[in-house]
Amino acid sequence: MNLAAIIQDQTSHSEAVLFYLLAPITVLSALGMLLVKKAVHSALLLATVMISLAIFYILNEAPFLGIVQIIVYTGAVMMLFLFILMLVGVDSADSLVETIKGQRILGIVASLGVAGLLIALVSKGNLGRPFVGLLIANGEGNVQGIARLIFVQYVWAFEVVSALLITAAIGAMVLAHREPDSDQKDQRGLSEDRVRQSSQPVAGLPGPGTFARHNAVDIPALLPDGTTSDLSVSDVIAARGHLAKPADYNFIETSDEDREEK
Amino acid sequence: MNPMNYIYLSCILFSLGAAGVLLRRNAIVVFMCIELMLNAANLAFVTFSRMNGSLDGQIVAFFTMVVAACEVVVGLAIIVTIYRSRRSASVDDARLLRL
Repeated sequence: MNLAAIIQDQTSHSEAVLFYLLAPITVLSALGMLLVKKAVHSALLLATVMISLAIFYILNEAPFLGIVQIIVYTGAVMMLFLFILMLVGVDSADSLVETIKGQRILGIVASLGVAGLLIALVSKGNLGRPFVGLLIANGEGNVQGIARLIFVQYVWAFEVVSALLITAAIGAMVLAHREPDSDQKDQRGLSEDRVRQSSQPVAGLPGPGTFARHNAVDIPALLPDGTTSDLSVSDVIAARGHLAKPADYNFIETSDEDREEK
Repeated sequence: MNPMNYIYLSCILFSLGAAGVLLRRNAIVVFMCIELMLNAANLAFVTFSRMNGSLDGQIVAFFTMVVAACEVVVGLAIIVTIYRSRRSASVDDARLLRL
């Protein structure tokens, strides 16, 4: 047995203090996740659990994984969860109605059984050799050691995982994509319809006063053949009888009597 | 302190996650409990890696994280799709594959 293994046989006191401080917080947060009613509170408690797990990773001489845990889980995954929660509805509280009779009791019993079984098994288990520690494996640095393993020994798994990531991203896009409602027309459809319907002017309605000598809103536009266009003035002005005639503003000076008539 | 304590903690967290999957009705909370179980497994991997003095356990935990990220992305997309068609994120309402 080498020296490093002897030194590492027991963890340091500071690690023990940190563990006994954080472990209750972690377990209580995980328990609270099950007990709180609102999904947002569950998400916040899960973020607490994940941050303390990141600290545990760093304590376990895995600083790279600790940082990745914070970036990937508390950063990306929890943000995604909260985003979907906001999308689906924050206020959607869990229904407390049991759809299967006795399911809650059975669930509690089953998970307690799982916990008991796991802990009993693990405590009976024996590593078969003294606890080694990562002093040698981390000798040239944790990140360097992990990089050597990922890019040499596990490079094929790494490539497959990258393909999996791309597939998952495309799958999520396909699943979340929604075709726009078919009856709603886009700009191209609207303009095509306008050209097909001959009653509608293609270039929009003529503005008031077009080709007339005056362009106030109450003067109908003059069409090229000299007639006026009713489309160019608002229906309200026409209904009130406030329409002016373009002929009133011709080049020929109107007489004073004509003005008084108006 | 014996590093086996980390394994015990991981066991407790795993069973709490399993309890959440069994007890909660909201699909998103069920999903978060699955994440908790994956994280508990990761903690066991990291601790065993330290006990055995080799970094392979950390590599496995790293790959687990990547796979969990994929799973979250696709799973949340499925939840959003189900929510769109049923207006509900409860696992009880999604009993049938058709509407």
